Amino acid sequence: METERWNLESKDARLDHQIIFDLIEPGSKVLDLGCGNGELMYILTREKNVRAQGIEVDDTAVYECVKKGLSVFHSDIETGLVEYPDRSFDYVILNQSMQEVKKADFVIEESLRVAGKIVVGFPNFAYIKSRVMLFFQGRSPITPSLPYRWYDTPNVRFLSISDFTDFSREKHLRVLTARYLDDNGEIRWLPNLRALNAIFVLAKGNDTSAAAGAGEAAGIS
Amino acid sequence: MSISEAQKLNTDQGSVGIVDTQYYTFAKPPNELKLECGKSLGPVTLAYETYGRLNADQSNAILVCHALSGDAHAAGVHEGEDNPGWWEDMIGPGKAFDTDRYFVICSNVIGGCKGSTGPSSINPKTGQSYALDFPMITVADMVNAQRHLIDHLGIGKLLSVAGGSMGGMQVLQWVASYPERVRSAIPIATALKHSPQQIAFNEVVRQSIMADPDWRQGNYYEYGQPAKGLAVARMIGHITFMSDQSMEEKFSRRLKNGDYSFKFGADFEVEGYLRYRGDSFVKRFDANSYLYITKAIDYFDLSDRKLVSRDKPIDTRFLVISFKSDWLYPCYQSQEIVRQLKAGFIEATSCEVASTYGHDAFLVEVEEQTHLIRHFLEKTTYGNGTLESGI
Repeated sequence: METERWNLESKDARLDHQIIFDLIEPGSKVLDLGCGNGELMYILTREKNVRAQGIEVDDTAVYECVKKGLSVFHSDIETGLVEYPDRSFDYVILNQSMQEVKKADFVIEESLRVAGKIVVGFPNFAYIKSRVMLFFQGRSPITPSLPYRWYDTPNVRFLSISDFTDFSREKHLRVLTARYLDDNGEIRWLPNLRALNAIFVLAKGNDTSAAAGAGEAAGIS
Repeated sequence: MSISEAQKLNTDQGSVGIVDTQYYTFAKPPNELKLECGKSLGPVTLAYETYGRLNADQSNAILVCHALSGDAHAAGVHEGEDNPGWWEDMIGPGKAFDTDRYFVICSNVIGGCKGSTGPSSINPKTGQSYALDFPMITVADMVNAQRHLIDHLGIGKLLSVAGGSMGGMQVLQWVASYPERVRSAIPIATALKHSPQQIAFNEVVRQSIMADPDWRQGNYYEYGQPAKGLAVARMIGHITFMSDQSMEEKFSRRLKNGDYSFKFGADFEVEGYLRYRGDSFVKRFDANSYLYITKAIDYFDLSDRKLVSRDKPIDTRFLVISFKSDWLYPCYQSQEIVRQLKAGFIEATSCEVASTYGHDAFLVEVEEQTHLIRHFLEKTTYGNGTLESGI
């Protein structure tokens, strides 16, 4: 019911936010790393009674969060994260922020220390138009999910869905959910080629059975 | 002040208008106030002011705590005077601490010299000023005394306790001492403990006062203040309150009289400014109070989970504000506060405000602080109701 109500009310809501909103259990404790202006935390707090804490480095975004009545720490992700005791949260959300941190592997490891599950949303560098731009035009890709030019991008890590699937396997992370998005909605077929963005839910452990379908789908392309 | 001026102030948007300082005396012997040093003090008088109206269920009270040389006069003007309160820009109708909605209280700390019991007060046992017979006080003692005032005003739980610098230490101490009586805390430009550098500055300040022969081991009240020593002490303070950049902007190397005098007069504007600040301080602040209060903040230490411990869960919400150019209470010290809050699972917001004003920023950066504090207080008052209403 809650989900439906929110979807009806917020036609302009970002699709990635809708997907993450559906994935988070009501009443859980959430740490949103790189929470931006707090849009996702706001809706989670209001509709799902989530106890949300944000960490955000941008001044203006911090003021926006405070205006929404949200709790946010003005800090970069790495230093903000390490200070938490183990298992402080049910979820850590790293949506569209992992690619902006240098030590992405460290941040994921730390996130899995402070929360049972982590939600990672990132732009797919192997999207077909990226490949075309790089291969045929010899230019750094610019796509709806990677809209920046080489000199003004906040991103420091560029990865594909297959890269991240490999990473999860190497680090013995359990992929609980994998969802893929293009401009119009969710896609299931050939995500590494066709998806602009991916959203993974990960937990610790080397049991990959939970993610068999997702892993294979990502591997096809 | 003429009537028309008073009316103008009253109608000016944002001013609380004419205010009175009030006094509350308690801890009369034999029920003296027990102090952290082991000694007792009594009777104790606190000077305080209030702005706005306490609501029927006493749930809208905010205690504002002043810094080292501050006093109870935080907002408005006194009858016949024109000095606005020290946080005039933040307290009043429609301001960060909105007196149309909140009941704001500010009291002078014990050990002070602006109406509360301090070393310049008369010791009832001798009929003379306490001077160095005044017991050593701590930030915890200041807060304990404030608690008596809050009891007296009939307030069970404060909506918020807020303050900058030493005022921020009192905020933290309130949470450490009486967490069940504080719904939210706003420590600004402050620290969990004084660092060696901060203690060092205070020690130079104290040595400056005590090196002045006019200090007379603290017994100067019949003769007048140790003016030279106290002025130099305050000059040191003013250097630490400003940033390199704000000094550059305010003074640069500008000369007072257009050319070098090749004498030891005040050639540079910055020299003139410090001398002026030092001299005017002598007229308004007691030297012994400066000694006692600087010592109290040097003793302050709520590190090592003394603010919040896991054994004693609290539900006080926090808004921690610091300023990027503040080198007296640098941002890393506010991050240390945040670290304890994280370890204690405390709901909190922190913000490092971009400002070039150094430590003084907490008095002058009105717009950003107003935004942060207003929304934080709304959320504290209404909980998730603010979300529903889309404020």
